[in-house]
Amino acid sequence: MEMASTPLRRWISRGGHFVIVAAFVTFCAFPFYWMLITTFKDTHDLINTANNPLLFNNPPTLENLRVLFLDTQFGRWLVNTLVVGLAVVAITLALAVPAGYSLARLAGRWGQQLAIGIFLTYLIPPTILFIPFSRIIGAFGLQDSLWSLVLVYPSFTVPFCTWLLMGFFKTIPKDVEEAAMIDGLSRFGAFFKVVVPISMPGILTVVIFAFTLVMQEFVYALTFITSSSQYTVSVGVPTFLVRGDVYFWGSLMGACLIVSIPIAVIYNFFVDRFVAGFTVGAIK
Amino acid sequence: MATVETRAVTKSFDGSNAVDAVDLLVKEGEFLVFLGPSGSGKTTLLRMIAGLEAPTSGDILIGDKVVTQMPPRARNIAMVFQSYALYPHMSVFKNIAFPLDAQGMHRDETRKKVEWAAGLFGIQRLLQRKPRQLSGGERQRVALARAVVREPVVFLLDEPLSNLDAKLRTSARDELQQFQRRLGTTTIYVTHDQVEAMGLGDRIAVLNNGRIHQLGTPQEVYDDPADIFVATFIGAPPMNLVESEGIVTGFRPEHFLPHEIYHGDQDVTRFPFKVTRVEYLGSDRLVYGILEQPFPAAHVISRLPSNVSVAVRKDEHHEFVVRNRDLRYFDRASGKRATPPSRTTPP
Amino acid sequence: MIAGADAARTRGLRRFIDNERWLGRLLLAPAVIYIVALVGFPFLLAIYYSLSDATVGSRTLHFVGLRNYGQIMDNPTFWESLRNAIVFTLVSQVLVVVLAKILALALNRNFRGKWLVRFLILLPSVAPISLGVIGWLWIFDPVYSIINWGLRAIGVFGPNTWPIWLGQPNLAMASVIMVDVWRLLPLATVIILAGLSSIPQDIHDAAAVDGVGFWRHLFRITIPLVMPIMLVALLFGVVFTFTDMIVIFVLTRGGPYDTTQVLASYAFFTGIQGGNLADGAAISLFLFPVLVGVAALFLTMARRAEVT
Repeated sequence: MEMASTPLRRWISRGGHFVIVAAFVTFCAFPFYWMLITTFKDTHDLINTANNPLLFNNPPTLENLRVLFLDTQFGRWLVNTLVVGLAVVAITLALAVPAGYSLARLAGRWGQQLAIGIFLTYLIPPTILFIPFSRIIGAFGLQDSLWSLVLVYPSFTVPFCTWLLMGFFKTIPKDVEEAAMIDGLSRFGAFFKVVVPISMPGILTVVIFAFTLVMQEFVYALTFITSSSQYTVSVGVPTFLVRGDVYFWGSLMGACLIVSIPIAVIYNFFVDRFVAGFTVGAIK
Repeated sequence: MATVETRAVTKSFDGSNAVDAVDLLVKEGEFLVFLGPSGSGKTTLLRMIAGLEAPTSGDILIGDKVVTQMPPRARNIAMVFQSYALYPHMSVFKNIAFPLDAQGMHRDETRKKVEWAAGLFGIQRLLQRKPRQLSGGERQRVALARAVVREPVVFLLDEPLSNLDAKLRTSARDELQQFQRRLGTTTIYVTHDQVEAMGLGDRIAVLNNGRIHQLGTPQEVYDDPADIFVATFIGAPPMNLVESEGIVTGFRPEHFLPHEIYHGDQDVTRFPFKVTRVEYLGSDRLVYGILEQPFPAAHVISRLPSNVSVAVRKDEHHEFVVRNRDLRYFDRASGKRATPPSRTTPP
Repeated sequence: MIAGADAARTRGLRRFIDNERWLGRLLLAPAVIYIVALVGFPFLLAIYYSLSDATVGSRTLHFVGLRNYGQIMDNPTFWESLRNAIVFTLVSQVLVVVLAKILALALNRNFRGKWLVRFLILLPSVAPISLGVIGWLWIFDPVYSIINWGLRAIGVFGPNTWPIWLGQPNLAMASVIMVDVWRLLPLATVIILAGLSSIPQDIHDAAAVDGVGFWRHLFRITIPLVMPIMLVALLFGVVFTFTDMIVIFVLTRGGPYDTTQVLASYAFFTGIQGGNLADGAAISLFLFPVLVGVAALFLTMARRAEVT
């Protein structure tokens, strides 16, 4: 929108714009910047209240990270989280991809109602279900096991991912499938061999999104798991690493940073698609 | 009513000029058409006059006042968009009233003006509906009513008929012209459809590549094209062009007729002609073919009105003629009109 | 060509795959079954537990009717939790909507470095919640808070001003609200931004020609057209905040003195840490009617605001 306007008005608009954006960026990103600095700070520098915390008064060090990986179970937790993430994503895809396709193409009128219904189950939060789940998991003998998470996590990834995938599949023109069916494939064949490959970007977005959901989950993991070696990162760090002791902040911040940044980088590439899939469903 | 003037207006994007140093003066009360293919710069020029885009250099004047740096709302103009741009969340009444509300007009006065504007286009009964409940033609009238209600000094119309069905388009064109004559407001109309341009405009500005190739009445641009581009852009089927030795000779299909028609007329040029195809269109016949020796083997078209009953058949060798006064000459290198070469034997 | 019996069998199978109604249900079934089993069933179980005397250790259950609900509602901590949850949700969501709208408008044009800006702004929403919140724990630290240090360094705080962000009752609530706004703002912004960019440019141009100034343009044109999607974002924000326990758990554990205790965290402490499953279930079930009401309200409002 570069409308005609006086140069003064343009300057004010651009200046104001800059100030607003800068303020928000500072608000959002500062905690991570602060994490970054703290991770590499020498502990003596950190605890000395006379020092300017924004500077490296002692030279930056990797000591905190060393402590993190060697003296805690952080590495183990990362592996646990990865394993659970991959397993849950696989299950989610297996359930949500066909369901999303069915709702997008085959369901007709009752499909719309069902779609909204599936989406609304997302409104029954883990903070209601975790109490009965604690008993169910115990009854299955799965307490303190990562498999409890693998079993339960799809309960919140599947509804949302089905919704997203429905949105993605709806954007694929029907012509492509119909051409495939004329060429000899069954409807299922067309779905599997034509639609799925075309929707790879959308499916990839769902994979990333489901993975972040798994990484963020806290309530179930806190409820089901008690032994430190079985924790995921999301729960292990707050419960085990938040000690009262100030000497540990560097490693703690390192832990937070190491997990957050890679996800953020990957997620950033898929955000547009995610929002597109989300809104196609919401605004029919 | 006001004049609109552009002085050396240029708009460049990434190194190339969408509009290239255009000088233009639109007369008061005139209906001027910007005609050109897509990418010719006509819409960009219109938007700069509206104030929706700022020129890279040059000035725009409305009613002798320099408005180049003024925002759209200060220019007292109105615009109808190709998509009509009706506010989807407001009723038709509120859509039309919107510009008046923006001025802070009193509620009663607003209502009177809205009803007047709606009355001009016969949409009074639609005032409480929402845009999504209207047909294409009705939406167009709402857009026009909204433009009219402020009584601006200039109307800007950006291809307002292109989203209508073909049948609706002709009647809409007629209504549009009548309404402009009645109000007498200076109007600038953008289109790529040369039939529309010829039918509506007092004058036509033919644009291509950001420049005006010719500015003139429909008759001037049709009978006296300034260059090859104007000659071939206007008229359907386009003017026939035959090139030899740096001179391009042009003649329109309706002037290219079987020799029987001009029997006895001495001031003609004869063209030996082989017919390749004849299309029967009802009101006309289109005859396609190739010129023969001594002319270059150019593909040309002839348009025979239905009252010419001369028989013409496929694969026939038939002599066709053009009156010399209907021939136009162009310089091959520059494309511009040239004087007729001296009368010697044809090349 | 396949001969005889094989042909018949293949035809039967093919009929199944080609019959779209069956295929549709078949493809949908696994997901639906899973959801019913893992959401519907536990939900019913939660209701049952709330009406029983279940504890973490007990092997048997006895039905006790509404006794648990009565006991809970006699407990002032419950009401405090409910009040806190409402305040927490309302204030943070109002802030999120207003701030997200401003930010989305600012991001709705192209400028240099936009990619980087978007990356930085998204960080709070994509980092795992508990880890991002721990960052704030450090920022609010009673001794080493960078906020306090910074404000004292530029002179805003005098020598006697050193707020203990998470230790003083009203400050703790304010801090918790700020962290929740921080983590929800990016996602809300992105969603509203998508809504903004779906408004055709023609409409903005028409409004410019029609003569509206900045504020009228914003409130009469832009905001009404973004309303449906803004409501969806708000719905999510309300649900996520009202049912959240992570922010509270990590920052304050509900303290000081239960001033930041919300329903979800209270249910956790009672049911899991305290072992009283029945009471925990009952408390958590108070979340549900509010959620249903809010969802119904928003969906009807959004439908009425629909314009296409």
